[in-house]
Parts: sequence; structure tokens; C-alpha cells
Amino acid sequence: MPEHDPEIPVLLTSVDKLVNWARRSSIWPVTFGLACCAIEMMAMSASRYDIARFGAEVFRGSPRQSDLMIIAGRLSRKMAPVLRRIYDQMPEPKYVISMGACASVGGVFDNYAIVQGVDQVVPVDVFVPGCPPRPEALIYGIVQLQKKIDKSKVFA
Amino acid sequence: MESDAIIQILSRTVPASGLESVPSGDGMPTLYVAREQLVETCRALRDTPELGFAFLADLLPVDYLPREPRFEIVYLLASLGVAGFGETPKRLRVKVRVSGTEPSVPSVASVWPAAGWSEREAYDLFGIHFPGNADLRRILMPDDWEGFPLRKDYPVQIKQAVKTYEPLQVSQEQFVANIEATRDRARND
Repeated sequence: MPEHDPEIPVLLTSVDKLVNWARRSSIWPVTFGLACCAIEMMAMSASRYDIARFGAEVFRGSPRQSDLMIIAGRLSRKMAPVLRRIYDQMPEPKYVISMGACASVGGVFDNYAIVQGVDQVVPVDVFVPGCPPRPEALIYGIVQLQKKIDKSKVFA
Repeated sequence: MESDAIIQILSRTVPASGLESVPSGDGMPTLYVAREQLVETCRALRDTPELGFAFLADLLPVDYLPREPRFEIVYLLASLGVAGFGETPKRLRVKVRVSGTEPSVPSVASVWPAAGWSEREAYDLFGIHFPGNADLRRILMPDDWEGFPLRKDYPVQIKQAVKTYEPLQVSQEQFVANIEATRDRARND
């Protein structure tokens, strides 16, 4: 091994740490608001709560450019195939946050038209409780997701 | 204008035996129309100059289970008070009684084209048929849905497996043809 020139800066780390750092620091959500929770989701991305602080500010209009799907609101049965299609169009690695009571368990809509929990349609990483959750709660959910990404293994 | 006055005007064109005035709590003139003469009555309501109900604001079924006739269809009409759409602004509520076994009402889409949409909704949620409606498909529920959710005897908290896949409505051939047509247009411009 040749002698290292002290003028050239070198940073040593594991691949896991580097890749996970890159993934968690720029989680781009897909623009996908289903109901009133989407209002809180918009508030979270706007200047007052500003998720740019966590590197997640760029809401993409296309699933092809997104890492995260925030299911914000009740999912109707007719919408379920559409949601699944959008999820399938997102490139790996992809993450899902189920936002609010309706997306997580059906909420007050215990009826024929609403899916009783979106985990029947897509795999969910983080559930955020609330009706609707405050923007802080959703930010907490995103931070939890970042912690989860940090613990993942790239070559597993 | 009171409902009795409306019936009097209508009786010049349609048999008055099928018309029946109803007292209404909100002061809006209301009348029952026999199912058999619904379409001609609606046409008379629209075309008679003194009435001029050119605008169908809404069409909605009501389920009176277990009463028979079980359903009623309510037509909310308005005369707009603009030239060509009724002389003076006024409103009218028209009701039709419908039996619970094989419910069916003639379509009024030939009188007010907008009725086609409301009739589709009524068919989707109450299962009432509208002969004469050219496009009577489900509008809110998925196409393969069983049952009619807004009927009083529908099991609202029904649990079913969630459908997560539905084929694209555009076929591969149509998709490709669409892209090629767009490309050709762009080249020709």
C-alpha cells in the first residue's frame, strides 16, 4: 500500500453508513394526498414546519422520482388498485408512511367503501396516529423512518 | 306559484288524474306524478311558457323501507328567470313513487340531458333502473360491485378482501397508437 499523501483528504466509512446516510437525508415524498390529512401534510412541507430541515422537502409529481409515499387520508376500495399501481411504479428503495387514523385502521369510516388499513394494500413502514396528526407528529414519523433507514443493511 | 296552480296549468297538456298536490313544510310547491306519465309531464313542465322549468337541479331517490311503494324519486326543478329559461324565478319539487320489486322509472334524460348523470348515481347506489337512459352504468362504486350501498337493507359494515390490481383501461395497442399519433402531430407542426 503506497504512502498516503496528507494533502489529499480521505474519509473512511462503511458502505452501509454512506449509503444509508444518502438515502435518509433526501427522502422525496410522492405528491399523493387522499383526504384532509393532506392539508396537514402540506402544512408540514410549507415554511412554518419546513421538512427541508430533514431533507424531505421535495414533493415529486411522479412516482418514478420518489422514495416515500405518505398515504394521507382514507383509502376507498375503488382507489386501492390505483394506490398499489403508484406504489409499484416507485423505484426501490421505497418507503410508506400511513398517516392518520383512516389510513391506518379505517378511522371513523367503518363501512363497505373504505379500506380498513392500507397495510392490506402496500407494506407500511411507519404508522402516524392522529385525526389528523399535527405536522409535528408527521415530522416525528419521518424522523422515525430515517432512524429505520439508518439501521438497514445495504447488502443483506 | 302554488302547486295547485301548477297542476291547473299542467292539466291543459297532461291528464290531471296522474297529478297530486302535496303539502310541504318548507313552502316549496310539491307534487306527485304518476310513473306512467312522468316523461310527458316533465316535458310539459319545461316547455309550457308560464312554467319554464328548464333546469333540473337534482334528482335523488329515497328509500322508505319497509313501506310499499318502497322508493320515491325526487326531482328538484328550477325556473331560472332568465330569457329562455323561465319567465320568473321559481322552484318545484316533483316526486314519483316506485315499487320495491324491480324498481324502474322512465328516464327523463330526453327532457334534461343532465339527468343522465343523476340517474346513473341513483342506479349505482339504489339499484333503480331508468329505461331510456343510454349509459346506465355504475358511476361511484367499482364496476364489479355487488349490491346497492344506499339501500336501507344494505350491510354497511360488510367486510371484503381488498382488490389491489385492476388492468389499465387503455390496451397496449391503444397506448402505442396514442404515443405514435402524438409524435406524428409534433413532427407535422
